[in-house]
Amino acid sequence: MHSAEPDHDVRTLTLEAFADTIIPGEKRHPEDRAVAGVSTGGGAVAAGAVPILETPEGGMEGALDDLAVALNGHARAYCASHDLEPDPALPFVGLSYDHRTALVQQLVSPDHPEKMMWVGVAMFSYMAFDTGAHMHTTEALAAGHPGLRTLGFADPDEDGLWRFPQYSYGRQLADIHPDTDATGSPS
Amino acid sequence: MTARQKTDVLVVGSGFGGAIAAYHLAAGGAKVVVLERGPWLSGEEFDHDFKFGSSTTRVFDFVVGDGMSILGGNCVGGGSVVYFATMPRAPRFVFERRGSIGRRMWPGSITRDALEPWYDRVAEALPITPTGWDEVPYIGGVFAAACRAAGHTVNPSPSAVDTSLCTNCNWMMSGCRFDAKRSLLLNYLPAALSHGAEIRPLHEVQKITRTDDGSYQVHYSTIDEVDYRQHTGGGVIEAKIVVLAAGAGATPVILQRSEADLGPMPHAVGRYFSGNGERLNTAVLEDEKVRELLGLSRDEQKAYKGYQIGRGPVVASWDRLDGDLPEYERFSLEQLYFPPGFGTILAQIPDADGPSWFGPRKKEMLRKWQSWLTVFTMSEDDNEGVFGPPPPTGNSARLSQQLLGFGALSYRPTANTLRGWEVSDAAVKQILEHDGLARVMPWTNDVIGAYTVHPLASCRIGDDPHSSALDDRHELRGHPGIFVTDGSAVPGALTVNPAFTIAALAERAMPGIVRAARARGVNVVYGAPSPEGATSSRKATAAAAAAMVGG
Repeated sequence: MHSAEPDHDVRTLTLEAFADTIIPGEKRHPEDRAVAGVSTGGGAVAAGAVPILETPEGGMEGALDDLAVALNGHARAYCASHDLEPDPALPFVGLSYDHRTALVQQLVSPDHPEKMMWVGVAMFSYMAFDTGAHMHTTEALAAGHPGLRTLGFADPDEDGLWRFPQYSYGRQLADIHPDTDATGSPS
Repeated sequence: MTARQKTDVLVVGSGFGGAIAAYHLAAGGAKVVVLERGPWLSGEEFDHDFKFGSSTTRVFDFVVGDGMSILGGNCVGGGSVVYFATMPRAPRFVFERRGSIGRRMWPGSITRDALEPWYDRVAEALPITPTGWDEVPYIGGVFAAACRAAGHTVNPSPSAVDTSLCTNCNWMMSGCRFDAKRSLLLNYLPAALSHGAEIRPLHEVQKITRTDDGSYQVHYSTIDEVDYRQHTGGGVIEAKIVVLAAGAGATPVILQRSEADLGPMPHAVGRYFSGNGERLNTAVLEDEKVRELLGLSRDEQKAYKGYQIGRGPVVASWDRLDGDLPEYERFSLEQLYFPPGFGTILAQIPDADGPSWFGPRKKEMLRKWQSWLTVFTMSEDDNEGVFGPPPPTGNSARLSQQLLGFGALSYRPTANTLRGWEVSDAAVKQILEHDGLARVMPWTNDVIGAYTVHPLASCRIGDDPHSSALDDRHELRGHPGIFVTDGSAVPGALTVNPAFTIAALAERAMPGIVRAARARGVNVVYGAPSPEGATSSRKATAAAAAAMVGG
């Protein structure tokens, strides 16, 4: 991978398109190219994947320029091998969702030399969607964070803490193992 | 900090192995210093928050290896702060396992019967109590009812949670806000402090050297409290006895890094690592089927839909913990909640015709997250993990400020391990897929390899010097005065949650460590009561302890 400093918008759109491949969402506006729009509701992009990749806490920030350049290089090679014309400015974004998926599957396959790098970006995409780790969880929920809301993550009490006073069916629902010892352990 | 410091006993790590050692040695009169790599948090510092920099990322380490990733505690209290506090004793057959070496893996002196009084000591100290069915969260109830329908038994597991304080918030992997989880912060560690032990957080031990008089020097770096990649200083402490308890992912790495100074390490240092045979399956339950088939109901709207509610794993099926079954085909199945973040990425879509762990169909699966039920297999692996050369510092090259790094562990599951997983996957399907109750898939191992929350055996006890790094008193072979008391000392997979067994082994090791300290001129005695003063379990171990401590 060679070092380069792509246009910031190119970098953002390219990383967004990768995150959208992992957990897709609906287009943010009619001209949205990064988000393919194959799913209803917000996906990893709306959940904050790029801000999370850019946080100093995550440790990915310094690699993002190179990642975008590399991903677009892979996209050009993918186009060449599939008889597709790459988008000159945004090769990965220019791929259809199915082609993006096929390329990402190659990049995260167990024998790909760059696998851990792309798995890393996928992990941060998941973290964005599942947790909104760039925000306090209470604030993310209050703001309607698309990932936490999609999961149906419950709201906290007024003090920002979670408590579930109703939690049990309250009765024995199976026989216990006949060899259980007096302490409740397997014997 | 360059001043030369001295202590009688230097303890590396403050999880079960370190906290128990610190307490007994300090209570017995030794000067004890505990160096802990992670921060020192308690009570209200344990956040209900996924944000980077909250306790969720401060107290946890996720070390990605080649074929095996380890999740573990990184804070004062170690694994006890982040664990689920499920505390079964290991079944009898485990101690008779032969594993990959073709002979009994455990030292001849340790059987379930021999360990029983040491388990009792830990049970009294934490304490560990039985769980009643009326305390089982919905998720455990659903699993139990599904097991019953499929012809299986289920047990509520003994637990170190005070259910009178528990809110079933399921944030316990970030530390318990309500002090319901009986971590070491509530028993052994405060008792150690009251006897004068000193605990230094954010001190990461890098290596050990030897002095001319046979004592040891422990070399540490101090770690920035926010960015763990930054080292802010360092120092050296001299000690007559070193107790290593940095965890099975870190203890062997410290010893590997020390080899150039200390001389050759036993062959088994950094070998025979076990991931406790761990494997996860995620089911998505059909709520109407839960109502119809299992007769369960929360209210008119919901039969289950309660994945988020509870406190990790509370019930388990032990039908396959049968000593008559072949080795590698014995396992427990435990109902589990795994929080978002790490808990969803590896779950696979049933009948995938494209990618199995990402994409639009995975998102549809995520919409049903409250109907998920994760089943945790703990089986018998083949101790196939090996640590490569250590990184420059710590046990990983840290990527993120906290939490995420890359380590040197490599793990290639053998046919034995794979067979255990296959048999357990089939058992989970048999329990949960009957009559359309749920669809189930194992987590993929193609993304980051296998994973464990219970790393074991990377510096293990045994009778055979080739396949064990420690003798049955936990002393490092060829390096008198260095003891290892954490999960790395456990010989192999336990088929159940290992914290209780790690702690019982640490309790059992204490009389021998006291004896070694006395032989090195430390004025220390063995015989402290339970941290809160109870003495009944001490009586039960008195005879064994007297023999080990030398009268």
